[in-house]
Order: sequence, then C-alpha cells, then structure tokens
Amino acid sequence: MARVTFREERCKGCELCIAVCPEKIIVLAEHINAMGFHPATVVEQEKCKGCAMCARMCPDVVIEVEREVAEA
Amino acid sequence: MMKKVFTRPKALTDKPFHYCPGCTHGIIHRLVAEVIDELGVADNTVGVCPVGCSVFAYNYFNVDMFQASHGRAPAVATGIKRSLPDRVVFTYQGDGDLASIGTAEIIHAAARSEKFTTIFVNNAVYGMTGGQMAPTTLLGQKTTTTPKGRDKEQAGFPVKVAEMLSTLDGAAYVARVSVHNPTHVNKAKKAIKKAFEVQISGQGFALVEVLSTCPTNWGMPPNEALKWLEENMIPYYPLGIYKEPAEVK
Repeated sequence: MARVTFREERCKGCELCIAVCPEKIIVLAEHINAMGFHPATVVEQEKCKGCAMCARMCPDVVIEVEREVAEA
Repeated sequence: MMKKVFTRPKALTDKPFHYCPGCTHGIIHRLVAEVIDELGVADNTVGVCPVGCSVFAYNYFNVDMFQASHGRAPAVATGIKRSLPDRVVFTYQGDGDLASIGTAEIIHAAARSEKFTTIFVNNAVYGMTGGQMAPTTLLGQKTTTTPKGRDKEQAGFPVKVAEMLSTLDGAAYVARVSVHNPTHVNKAKKAIKKAFEVQISGQGFALVEVLSTCPTNWGMPPNEALKWLEENMIPYYPLGIYKEPAEVK
C-alpha cells in the first residue's frame, strides 16, 4: 500500500510526473491553483505503488510519497 | 506501517522555486540538498550563487549562502574555503556564468585545486536574459541571437567544460550527468555526493556538470525538452566520470 500527496498550490503543471508514472494515474486537474496552473493530481490512489518516480522528476518538490514497509 | 519514502530535504527552505514550469533547476537543487542532508553537513555548509536564473538560490538552500558577481563564484568560494577550511563550500553556476564570463575563475580554481565543489548546470542557453546564445549552445541550435541556428563560422564551437577541466592536474573529480529521467536523476545524485565527499576528504577541486533543460527559451513543452536534451545534448556532451581520485586503500 502506498500514498502519494501533492502540494497542489506549488504545482506548475509541467507534466514531468505524468510522463514517468508507470501506473499512469497522474492527471492535470480541471481547476486552477492560485498561481494559475492546472495542478497535477492522482486519480486512482489505490493503484499507486509508491515508486516515487514522479517525486524524483518533480522540479518543484510538490510530491511526498509514503509506502507500507515491513516492521523492523 | 506507512513510512515516508520521499519528502522534501531539510537542506531546502520551504520557499517555492521561482523557476519556469518544468525547469530542471528544481531537480538539481533538490539533489544538492539531499546530498547535504545525507552527509549531515548542513550546519557547516556555505553555498555560493551565480548570476543567472539561479541567482536566488540563496532563498532555497537552508544553509549559509553567498551571492557572487557574475562568473566570480569560484573566486568567492576560494576565499571562503581558505579562510574557513573546515566548512563544506559549493558553488552553483549556470553555463552563462561559468563557461562565459567566469571561464578564467573556474579554470584557475580547478588548476589551484581549491577544495570546494562546483555544480555546473548546462542548459545550452542564457536563461535569465531571454534565451541568447551561450558558449555551450549546440551548433545549429536556434536562440534569440542565432535565429538561423548557431553557425560555427560565425560563433565557433560549443565549449565542453567537463572535458576541458579534467585535463587540469588540480581537478580531483570531474563528471557529467543529466536529469532527463529518474534513472539519470539517481546517477546525478551519486555524482554530486561523490563531488562533496572528494572535497570533505581534502582531495581537491570537484565539479559536476549537469545537463539541464530550458523549456521556455528552447520553446518547447517540458517533456519535449527532456527528449531534446537526450537526443541532442548527450551526443555532443557525453555523460560519464572524466576524472576521479584513486581510492585510498
């Protein structure tokens, strides 16, 4: 199980995350944020594997990723 | 148990970057900050900003920062490192800053083997001033001052900084990396970390050239710019480690 969180107010809609997501679950939202961009958002959170490819490519450090890890 | 596997590095402030959408400066800033965090040197680090788009980097790195005159970051870093040798010192410079007006400073800092680290961001164009030809602009590349493409008869050839500096005995570590996909972002981080470690172990001057995009001045969407980088810049600017110190046994 994994969860990805976007700080939408910082997103500039550049789409670099969309291109690298292996599950293709990131889209640009219909609404615009305060900067006037359509922010990236996740449509099917349950499909997220927590690979963090999106976060690694995000030039604005918008994305945080949490993932289920085995207890030590 | 849910665990954060990716979060904002502590060596970045919370201030949003002013860069254009899709500009890879943001990725490179984050990599430098992650390396500072991993090495645990944030309290002991001094960065020097250039003139160019990244002139405001002092707002983003959560460490002591200077802002140098155009091209002079290596001279300022030399002064900081020589007077405070226990600090970790880095410069963050673009190609207009480092490869044009700052050519003398970077060459002689490398030749003197000054013990600081330079992150050299090469996007083959002058970004801040509006997309003019840079020393690193590729032959045939269109810019506002080369509207028909860079012509070698008129403007000569692009400067290969990593290759040039690796010929100097004083340069301890020189590498060229790219950030056009997640794999290369990881490789870029490893090179940046190595460049900091070379400085910390006192082995001499270290430079990482990072191939970067400028979607705005290249006139293309960010993802197309990454593809353009891969297809056009990497063939002329080959990636790899050009020089590294022999491992101390």
